[in-house]
Amino acid sequence: MAELTTFEQFVKRVLEIVFWVLIFLPLVILPVFYLVYVLPVELQCNFVLLGCSHSIDWATALYMFSPNQLNPFDPTSFISSMGLGASSILFRAGFFPGLTFVAVLSSFVIWYERKLLAKMQYRVGPLYAGRVGGIFQSFADLFKLLFKEIVIPAKADRLMFLAPVFGMMALGGALIGIVPVGANEFVASSPYSLLIALAILSFFPLVTLIAGWASNNKFSFIGAIRALYQMISYEIPLILSVIGVVILAGSLDFTGIVNSQNKIWFIAPMILGAIVFYITAMAEVERIPFDLPEADSELVAGWLTEYTSMVFGTINLAIYIKLYAMSAIFTLLFLGGWSGPAPVPDFVWFLIKTIIVMTIFIIPRGANPRIRIDQLIDLGWVWLIGLSFLNIFIALVLKASGLL
Amino acid sequence: MPVGATGISTQQVEEDKLVVSIGPQHPGAGHFRFTITVEGDMIVDVLPDPGYVHRGAEKQTEYRNYTQSIPLLERSSLTDVTNIIGPYSLAAEELMGIEIPPRAQYLRMIMSENQRIISHLYWLGIQAIFLGHSTMFMWPLGDRDLLIDLGEMIGGARITYSYWIPGGVRNDIPGNFKERALKTYDYFEKRLVDYERIFFENPLFLKRTQGVGVLKREEAIRFGVVGPVLRASDVKSDTRLDEPYCLYKDVNFEVPVYKECDTWARCMVHLFEMRQSIRIIRQILEKIPSGSVRVKLSPQQRTRPGEAYARVEASRGAMAFHIISDGGTKPYRTKISVPSFRNLIVLKKLLIGSHVADMPAIYWSLDYWPVEADR
Repeated sequence: MAELTTFEQFVKRVLEIVFWVLIFLPLVILPVFYLVYVLPVELQCNFVLLGCSHSIDWATALYMFSPNQLNPFDPTSFISSMGLGASSILFRAGFFPGLTFVAVLSSFVIWYERKLLAKMQYRVGPLYAGRVGGIFQSFADLFKLLFKEIVIPAKADRLMFLAPVFGMMALGGALIGIVPVGANEFVASSPYSLLIALAILSFFPLVTLIAGWASNNKFSFIGAIRALYQMISYEIPLILSVIGVVILAGSLDFTGIVNSQNKIWFIAPMILGAIVFYITAMAEVERIPFDLPEADSELVAGWLTEYTSMVFGTINLAIYIKLYAMSAIFTLLFLGGWSGPAPVPDFVWFLIKTIIVMTIFIIPRGANPRIRIDQLIDLGWVWLIGLSFLNIFIALVLKASGLL
Repeated sequence: MPVGATGISTQQVEEDKLVVSIGPQHPGAGHFRFTITVEGDMIVDVLPDPGYVHRGAEKQTEYRNYTQSIPLLERSSLTDVTNIIGPYSLAAEELMGIEIPPRAQYLRMIMSENQRIISHLYWLGIQAIFLGHSTMFMWPLGDRDLLIDLGEMIGGARITYSYWIPGGVRNDIPGNFKERALKTYDYFEKRLVDYERIFFENPLFLKRTQGVGVLKREEAIRFGVVGPVLRASDVKSDTRLDEPYCLYKDVNFEVPVYKECDTWARCMVHLFEMRQSIRIIRQILEKIPSGSVRVKLSPQQRTRPGEAYARVEASRGAMAFHIISDGGTKPYRTKISVPSFRNLIVLKKLLIGSHVADMPAIYWSLDYWPVEADR
């Protein structure tokens, strides 16, 4: 650390500290607070007495703030009066179906992906960080990135260069917010949650384009244009492939879609839609064989070329959150979501299915080379759109004949 | 290209075109730079700029005697160390007027073919990662270690063996070499089938390479390319067949020729040649005679005044040395003709009109090794 000589440096240092506190607060401090302080107390109490049902009711929250309820000698009432309980919106958004849970899951998936690929390639993979097979490698990488310098290119547009960090995290957070992990475990629910998730997904190309343009680098620019091409042309088959499921379920809500799969999982009648969704989702999250925007042999790192340090780490985390969200949506639409035999909690079933889907997303990376942009667009516009229309037709026939 | 006031050459670029500099810090290029002009997704102009790793190997041989130059020269091509010093030794022996014992000839061939497989495996790994296939990057580079172990058994070092020297080979093979080599090559041939299954038969690989970077037969001959690139362009040309050195006329092998003339054909030539190299080594291990492996030379061996030219088939193509001697202990002048530089000539022709995404695949299918080309 250099010595502070001017006021400007002092302000910069303070801003840096504030920035990292803001990053750390939701990711580390709040979860620890919940785990150590709130959760043990919460588990002892009666949920009904506290007035916190599973859904958020602002009238109840206001009622809890009334002075009659506040007893300084009773930690339970104190916590719930501040709206911090295990069923509060803060807990849901910040910890369990929310950010921390997905961030930890993503770091696990990064480790899992590296181990799986290493097995495919006769390597060992991460080995030393953590006792069991380098399971803490992602965290070691996280701390390495945390202590690196943030380099912004001299000719880059500073504001627009940093905007994608927040944009990607916001979009990732929004996806987490709308995708439920269980019948009662969700951050927010809406009768149009599938539509909202698709709308959020269509914002990613914009952020990518901003990142590529603001870097003022030719490789970044070409990568961003490729990402734009790829994501926009694959969004149409993505949405079309979902329509079949919506027709059969008669609902745009993830909960409704999952509930309508109690007889049969939609992957059986909608196998074409599932295939189209799988391919387009792989293209949307830029995984091999569709990783053209980051093609490392011709475009260095594509639109991420100029990003360093935790700025890069945050964007990468958001990309993995997107991968998680895509697998989760696939599970919800085609694999019956959280339905499963009773003694195991529903979100555990959901997690098992999601991780299996993620594995299917990861495996092509070890077996395929990268496809070219003209072949990619050809595949998207000709084959996938055709297949998804066929899928819609099948769904209509099934619905009209009353089979499902 | 006009030269500006600062002395740096400048170039006017049209508005809808983008000039991208590939290398020397680009992961795809190695110690080599070329500038491509891109219009949309197509390459409209290419400007290769070699010379970043020129070390004056030709000049330096003038200050060393014939044996001292060997470790220096093989540094130019670390994946192909045996074959780059092959023609040098052959030319020096011609100047010294010495005959090499047959066992040494066979040992030279074993090392040369083993080196060819090592070099092709390195090539294959990089070609695969340029196409985005990470498994095919890891497998050849892992299996390459087994063949390097064989080379270590023969030559003592892992990469820079300095094995072909004027007067024969450096040392004899150990007694258990044959058994170990046959075991390794049996395993390696099984692995080649795996390679075919995961990479060479992959539909995406075929889509990416077939019809990409076509170099027609007449053009290949006119540009004077050598080695796998020439053979992939439907020309049956191999120094081992055309002008056999060592004892290559005693062994049977085939030379691959493909009519497709594209990047796919260049990839298949490499796969075919690895199998043929194993075939050659198997034959040699059966028939290798016993005897001495080295002719005794004096520490400062003198040569006759005159010139000598020798050529071998290195893994990248015909590698030739032209040595002029004035009768002393050191060469008067050495000229190295490397296959990499000959194949670089067609890079510009192949890249113009192709997609940006095909650039790494075409570039590496020429098997260009910047250090070897710059010497």
